[in-house]
Amino acid sequence: MTTTTPMGHGRMLRKEDRRFVRGRGRYVDDLQLPGMLHLAVLRSPVAHARIVSIDTLAAEAHPKVKAVVTGAMLAERGLAWMPTLSGDRQAVLATDKVRFQGQEVAFVVAEDRYSARDALELIDVEYDLLEPVVDVRRALDPDAALIRDDVPGKTDNHCFDWETGDAAAAEAVFARAEVVVRQELVFPRVHPAPMETCGAVADYDRIEEKLTLWSTTQAPHAHRTLLSMFAGIPEHRIRVVSPDIGGGFGNKVPVYPGYVHAIVGSIMTGRPVKWTEDRTENLVASGFARDYVMQGEIAATREGRILAVRSHVLADHGAFNGTAAPRKFPGGFFGVFTGSYDIEAAYCSMTAVHTNKAPGGVAYACSFRIAEAVYLVERLVDMLAAELDRDPVSLRMQNFIRPDQFPYTSRTGWVYDSGDYPRAMELALQIAGYDELRAEQAERRARGAGEPLMGIGVSFFTEAVGAGPRKDMDMLGLGMADGCELRVHPTGSAVVRISVQTQGQGHETTFAQLIAEELGLHPDDVDVVHGDTDSTPYGLGTYGSRSTPVSGAAAVLAARRVRDKAQLIAAGMLEVAPDDLEWSTAQGGGRFDVRGVPGSGVTIQEVAMRAHGAGDLPDGVEGGLDAQISYNPDNLTYPFGAYICVVDIDPGTAVVTVRRFIAVDDCGTRINEMIVEGQIHGGLTDGIGMALMEFIGFDEHGNCLGGSLMDYLIPTALEVPDWETGTTVTPAPDHPIGAKGVGESATVGSPPAVVNAVIDALAPYGVRHADMPLTPSRVWEAMQGRAAPPF
Amino acid sequence: MYPSRFAYEAPRTLDEAIGLLHDGAGEAKVLAGGQSLVPLMKLRFANPELLVDINNLPGLDRLETLADGTIRVGALVRHRDLERAGDVHRIQPVVGAAAPLIADPIVRTRGTLVGSLCHADPQGDWAAVVTALRGYVVAQGPGGRREIPIGDFVTGPFQNVLAHDEVAVEAVLPGPRHTVAGGFLKLERRVGDFATAGTAVAIELDGDRVTRAGIALTGVGSRTVDATGAAEALVGRALTSEAIAAAADAAAEAAQPTADHRGSAAYKKHVIHTFVTRILTRVSTTSEQAA
Repeated sequence: MTTTTPMGHGRMLRKEDRRFVRGRGRYVDDLQLPGMLHLAVLRSPVAHARIVSIDTLAAEAHPKVKAVVTGAMLAERGLAWMPTLSGDRQAVLATDKVRFQGQEVAFVVAEDRYSARDALELIDVEYDLLEPVVDVRRALDPDAALIRDDVPGKTDNHCFDWETGDAAAAEAVFARAEVVVRQELVFPRVHPAPMETCGAVADYDRIEEKLTLWSTTQAPHAHRTLLSMFAGIPEHRIRVVSPDIGGGFGNKVPVYPGYVHAIVGSIMTGRPVKWTEDRTENLVASGFARDYVMQGEIAATREGRILAVRSHVLADHGAFNGTAAPRKFPGGFFGVFTGSYDIEAAYCSMTAVHTNKAPGGVAYACSFRIAEAVYLVERLVDMLAAELDRDPVSLRMQNFIRPDQFPYTSRTGWVYDSGDYPRAMELALQIAGYDELRAEQAERRARGAGEPLMGIGVSFFTEAVGAGPRKDMDMLGLGMADGCELRVHPTGSAVVRISVQTQGQGHETTFAQLIAEELGLHPDDVDVVHGDTDSTPYGLGTYGSRSTPVSGAAAVLAARRVRDKAQLIAAGMLEVAPDDLEWSTAQGGGRFDVRGVPGSGVTIQEVAMRAHGAGDLPDGVEGGLDAQISYNPDNLTYPFGAYICVVDIDPGTAVVTVRRFIAVDDCGTRINEMIVEGQIHGGLTDGIGMALMEFIGFDEHGNCLGGSLMDYLIPTALEVPDWETGTTVTPAPDHPIGAKGVGESATVGSPPAVVNAVIDALAPYGVRHADMPLTPSRVWEAMQGRAAPPF
Repeated sequence: MYPSRFAYEAPRTLDEAIGLLHDGAGEAKVLAGGQSLVPLMKLRFANPELLVDINNLPGLDRLETLADGTIRVGALVRHRDLERAGDVHRIQPVVGAAAPLIADPIVRTRGTLVGSLCHADPQGDWAAVVTALRGYVVAQGPGGRREIPIGDFVTGPFQNVLAHDEVAVEAVLPGPRHTVAGGFLKLERRVGDFATAGTAVAIELDGDRVTRAGIALTGVGSRTVDATGAAEALVGRALTSEAIAAAADAAAEAAQPTADHRGSAAYKKHVIHTFVTRILTRVSTTSEQAA
């Protein structure tokens, strides 16, 4: 194995993989505490029903059961309902009704996990079935059953309305436009399906009155604050620890009832309590993603100048609004639906409704709804290209925001920080051999029957990541800043404590590299501490591709503070003025030398020893070499990319094979290209999954049809091609090293590329559009002229 | 996903196993590869009181090819064994075509053909192969051995005719009399998925005339569909495009699919039609080239 070990930035193997590849990761479910009990949750088998009675006597009589808890018992303690991240509330255990299949009805705490589950079968719940609201399009019908009768005065299933852009301006443009293309686009409900399901170990110490909660959370600090506010335990008496996390993808942003169950169980029994959900529980009841029905419209001139984009979104939020989005953005960042194009007007209205389905709405990449926005505009642009008989690349090129227009304020008010879209598109075309692919396609079509149906799909996306500026963004009143504490030890090694929590993104490497680059250390000499609220500074966690834009900036600025202080100390050591020193890392480590006299100075390690050691420090300089910062970003960062997908469809079975996928990503400065590429590979795989197979469906009774990985399909290595990636670098002007987030780029950019490719392949059949998931059967139905939405 | 409490026995002889099953009085289940049973137990869809592990029974792992072309597949022969058995594939190419398409490599390493037949999943692959080949299951109980034709063995979804104290000890694929050809095609939404629809075709040719044909379908009915009409459309004829079309039409007609998340009923019939056409066209092209 060859690897370069750079001073700071650059390709290097992940430090955390030393334990992961040896199977020595330490996940929540690995935790074994003395006397620990096990918790299992009884869930509703039906989507909508009134609870008539719950008989727990038999379960309580089970010899290994320590506690059986129902909603009524929690209600006595004021704990039956908890706030969601969207300011709605969610039942911790159902008291009055169950509102989705899989909802938590009771829990059992027992001496082992088998007994806990055995006891669930001894609980007898009598349900009075109610009409379920399954079809999102009929959720607001006057005769639809009322789901949220827990909310005083509520008479319908309306969740919220939201709009952005200028309705009148958009209407004016649409009224005079030469060409208008309209299409309903469904982005079905999908699930993040992390390899590790959600779980927690709660340990309430009655003597110290302190709660320790090990949990699968992407946002330990935010969870601690919410738990304190909800449960009434002082915040300093709660320690949330997020150990190794086996994938989050937004699924581990919400506070789940199970976490609260474990806490209540531990308080009641006085012993540590572990809850680990199984695969079915995770798929059926935890946070989903997407579930938007979008009416899209695009207006253009006959010459292909895009004038306006308009949409109305019907959003299915399930039984409780559990979406994680900044408070002022109930539709997330869907407002970037104008995409990468310089247009005259835009407008979106959104109606969100409740249905008898699991709550959630944030997931890999949660992207705060940008996946939906990019899908909308990139399908519409492709349909416009078809309408105008234009090549989809040239139409995009014609309408891109030009490099000289940045920073660019979109028609919905987003300030795109930097970009060079034509350059990324051209690189993608070059890697793909686009003209040759089109020639091959023409040739195959000419040959006709029996040939695979070849399709070439293009998408271009702009993401908005790194939430976010506190003037605009908060969650439940918590500003979306992130902290960093950096300590350099006397011998020159360092520990950096960050507020974000890795779930596989490689923070332990990337953040070490950030510090190493700034301080002239080797990344192995920098340890990253994260995930424990007792030992890390406050911050809102890892999701929405925000770690590098927000926490990464905090780390860089903390390191620069340390370096500034080091310069003062070095000046004292060398008896020169600080300004007479110059910093360099050219000789294999960071050092200050007298300007113009290389080798005359001191290394960062020597400075660190002096900072902690004996001897005088310059006037006004304290000992030690530490810094602490809380970083509030000025703006989001706007990574972008050009994707090209080539598919072949078997004309006999309609099976879609992704032959090639070309992804050019621009996420500004790259800290570790290997990690960035890994993020992109994962996102592309997810995109192919959503486009071709992933779907959380429901039958007419509200039964979830995606409750196992045999039903809810996620792609494997065999369904994806060898990725062909390319890079352009347009630095982020508002980030100290010019980096942008990248975690969700590929998930956002790839679904429209795949769908556009499939529709392109089906052009000879006159297919204009078909909704995801493009399973063989659904593609075949489209070929028969019977394309239908998935619900 | 934690099973209910169960007892576990690992007998050393077949008689002992049969005795345990007998005593279990219907609450005992045989464990061979466990690739269907164990997941069902983890989901608590199956809650046997006793598992009788037959993996220690001698002789059941034998995969034999007899001089007359008969293939005997013991109850502990894994999918992987069949995937690697070149001599079996030469006698019955449909077996070689199906084996690599069973589930995924992990399942193939432990799962067994006989277990798959007993499990009687309407979407199972091996039952279609064995049906196309007119195979039978050999069962042994307290009263001795009996041979059960595959068509009588499966009685419905996840149901077979075995008595509670009988063990299916092997499956037998009778030897062919003429030149053998055939194939197996399966449509899965993703590698490792259960069949959306699948087709097993086994034919024998004397010269260019079909002397025997078996066409069986999976995923398109409450049990494996024996498309006898499709087979009859071929017997006594050469594999002309007309004969192939007639067989494909008859197979699609015999399919009784229901719409589900894997696909519409019309689509599944279409896939059956496509698969029968593809397998037979390839056979006819190959035999023309051979001639």
